[in-house]
Amino acid sequence: MSHSSDLTPQPYPLLEVEALSVTFPVSGFGLKKRHVQAVNGVSLHIHAGETLGLVGESGSGKSTLGRAMLQLENASAGRVRFNGQLITDGMKPDIVRLRQQTAMIFQDPFSSLNPRQTIGESIGEVLRVHNKVAKADITARVSTLLTLVGLSPEHATRRPQALSGGQCQRAGIARALAIEPRLIVADECVAALDVSIQAQIINLLMDLRERMGLAILFIAHDLAIVRRLCDRVAVMYLGRIVESGPTQTVFNAPRHPYTAALVAAIPEIDPDRPLPEHPLQGEPPSPVSLPAGCAFHPRCAFALPECRHGAAPETRHIADHAFACVLDNHKSDGINPMTEGMLHEAKAF
Amino acid sequence: MTLMQVSGLTIEDRQGVALVDSLSLTLNAGDILGLVGESGSGKTLSCRAMMRLLPGEGLHIRAGEIRLNGTDLLTLNDKRMTAIRGREIGMIFQNPASHLNPVMTIGQQIAESRRLHFGASRREAQSQAVELLRQVGIPDPQRRADNYPHEFSGGMRQRAMIAVALACEPKMLIADEPTTALDVTVQMQILRLLRDLRDRLGIAIILITHDLGVVAQTCDRIAVMYGGRLCETGEKRPVLAQAQHPYTRGLIDCQPVSEGGSGRLITLPGQPPVAAHFPSGCRFHPRCAQASALCRENQPAMSAGGHATACHHPLNHGRHNESFV
Amino acid sequence: MSMTEKIATQRMGHFHLRGLPRQQALRLGMLMLSVWVLIALLSPWIAPFDPIAQDASVTLSPPTFIHPFGTDNFGRDILSRVMWGARIDLQICLIGVIFPFTFGTLIGAFAGYLGGAVDTFFMRVIDVVLAFPFLVLMLSIIAILGPGLGSFYIAMAMVGWVSYARLVRSQVLTLKHRDFILAARSLGYSHPRILLLHLLPNALTSSLVFSMSDCVLVLLSGASVSYLGLGVQPPVAEWGVMVAEGQSFITTAWWITTFPGLAIVVLAMSFSLLADGLGDKLGERP
Repeated sequence: MSHSSDLTPQPYPLLEVEALSVTFPVSGFGLKKRHVQAVNGVSLHIHAGETLGLVGESGSGKSTLGRAMLQLENASAGRVRFNGQLITDGMKPDIVRLRQQTAMIFQDPFSSLNPRQTIGESIGEVLRVHNKVAKADITARVSTLLTLVGLSPEHATRRPQALSGGQCQRAGIARALAIEPRLIVADECVAALDVSIQAQIINLLMDLRERMGLAILFIAHDLAIVRRLCDRVAVMYLGRIVESGPTQTVFNAPRHPYTAALVAAIPEIDPDRPLPEHPLQGEPPSPVSLPAGCAFHPRCAFALPECRHGAAPETRHIADHAFACVLDNHKSDGINPMTEGMLHEAKAF
Repeated sequence: MTLMQVSGLTIEDRQGVALVDSLSLTLNAGDILGLVGESGSGKTLSCRAMMRLLPGEGLHIRAGEIRLNGTDLLTLNDKRMTAIRGREIGMIFQNPASHLNPVMTIGQQIAESRRLHFGASRREAQSQAVELLRQVGIPDPQRRADNYPHEFSGGMRQRAMIAVALACEPKMLIADEPTTALDVTVQMQILRLLRDLRDRLGIAIILITHDLGVVAQTCDRIAVMYGGRLCETGEKRPVLAQAQHPYTRGLIDCQPVSEGGSGRLITLPGQPPVAAHFPSGCRFHPRCAQASALCRENQPAMSAGGHATACHHPLNHGRHNESFV
Repeated sequence: MSMTEKIATQRMGHFHLRGLPRQQALRLGMLMLSVWVLIALLSPWIAPFDPIAQDASVTLSPPTFIHPFGTDNFGRDILSRVMWGARIDLQICLIGVIFPFTFGTLIGAFAGYLGGAVDTFFMRVIDVVLAFPFLVLMLSIIAILGPGLGSFYIAMAMVGWVSYARLVRSQVLTLKHRDFILAARSLGYSHPRILLLHLLPNALTSSLVFSMSDCVLVLLSGASVSYLGLGVQPPVAEWGVMVAEGQSFITTAWWITTFPGLAIVVLAMSFSLLADGLGDKLGERP
């Protein structure tokens, strides 16, 4: 069932997103239709076998981006390539191939399974529709998949309502694996679970990705988990990626004030760590009315006059660490204002 | 000074299963007590019982005392209890949207409390409402007091709900997962606010949460519940640094701590128990690495002292003493 | 401790007083309906008399041992007529509900799933149908087609589908956005598969419950239409017709109208109970 042999490194990323935008109409009165830019010119890529974390708060557009990348939302601009093939406005065979090689797992374990089907039927349907195994072997394959995710084959006869949250989530993962995907998009897949169960699911994902060479797009708001699980991370704010790069680099030396605030806000089990003196003020604004200039400037402690108008800041790169902030421009000695100002409470690594 | 003392609280459902079993807690004036547990731990139910607001059918308080400043709340009649609810004990919830009246402005809801409990006139109540909104950190409170709940964002609604609770000037506040549904940056603001309120007004707070990080940074004391029973309680430093109950230890270990490592998380096997199938003896024993026959048969009693635990084989400073009974 | 015990016993004494517990409603409804179905099926054998046989010697006889429900002005045995009437009335319920249910469900699911212009079109059609009073519409159609049960069924199909369509459409609109539908799309399932195998089974619950209540409406419509002379034609035994026939004798021979009337009420009640019980049962997280 494994196709880890398929890991011959490709010159191109498994999934490549270029300037993707997703717009939703919000009905105004009469002809005056307003639009919400849920995703605004996002570019990123995931290589085979890599885990990319996508973090952000409400209104960041991370879930919309995840769905748009799999063509489950219509993109209003930009391109997405899967395995080198263009899939936005793609031909039907390309979409079919995309569907056969990608899968999603969701936040609410109960609502992600059809309540009228047993677990075995849900997983079996995938195998049947995609002709994964001969009809006679379906039950056996379902049992294998259930065992793989830590359930027992007898769970196949149960309905989602008869299982716990953690078990349903495992069933959802089994269904995703049934398709033998190369990429899994996990949309807040542990947020609704008990803490001790979260840890089990995270471990399961780690196991599976090793055994099967999976690439994972891990959408989450819990940075502690992202830090543990992901190789690279991209931080979103109001539809744009404000920072991205290797996880350790981004977390230890963030270059965008928002990332720094997120890192400072991670609650840690350290009784001696005080609450941040000046936690980030304000709240993520509604994507319907975006501020001019840099979308973050109303909340930014370091905002400069140039941040308040004009276009959003351009993305700059330092090696593989990308960020969209004008700060540091004026410092000639290369000291990052963030690490001095806002991270004094974070642990030294 | 002890503000609230819960002793031996037992809440049963219609089948006689103890959803909360012999819970004993102490809340001192001006303390922030973190009540930690996962689903089925009974933490929310216990706090509802403190307010005598148990949900609907079938649940009843089988035994125990809940003493607020010496008076046992379970012996009071409805009229007296109503006077205490809100006025002495306030409560805020996880989802402010469902706990605020959608057809009254925030100002009206706060003012209502002031008029009811303090006999304030309409104008006085209104200005007091604005003042409360200012105290909880809502900008432009004069204007916001005339807004309806749906016009507030998530964090602002939570602040508004805190203002409504504070309007009655309670001596203690029960906060049921107040930040779980909020963005992490907003969570920090609300936790900061609760701490500031405690520092300024001396309110005691019971903070119900599943997040040990929140507890570590905000609370003074911790009580850990599992399957309706209290596992461990004490001041936060000893409990976090030298957890004695294997569940507490497991809970601490399984959270992805910031300091590095990309290896597997240390997990607790199995899942939290469901009321219909509570294990015999110690309710944690099916998931416990140290469970013995004793654990299956006998429910462990709470040990004595400031840092107490209910375990037949408590962990002591990393030393697993198996013969300890 | 005594106070807490007192409180504890007070709370334990609390039990439902409002309405029947759900399981009993379901069981009672099913029992009553089964009895009627049995009566209807077995009436050729268990009815004491031929329903259309006239007997001039016992006209307008009050309930006696031989004629427990009395006889009408033609000397026909009311009990037998009620039993045979059950066949017609149950048939009315069945056919009068099945067609609207099927059409309505399919149209509603289609409209809800596709959305856009298709949805708008069907919604406007529904609006037009709903603009007319139900009975007026039914009678107009029957008047055009000519009296008889066949016309009644056609009229019912043309008018009754609307409620089902709206119910199913609103369910589909909500379910469309649930994660398991998104999962089905992400797994590359075709639209027909998603609609028929995933959406419909979950969208049907409220329709099913409604169909039980609808049976009551259909029964009453059928009886009303027959009462007005536009449905079942005499001498066929049907409860509505019987009520109409007994109208002129209501003061002198009350049994002619009352027993068929009671039969309508009892059958309607059994559907109602079924609807309640089913509603509670299926209402458990679908």
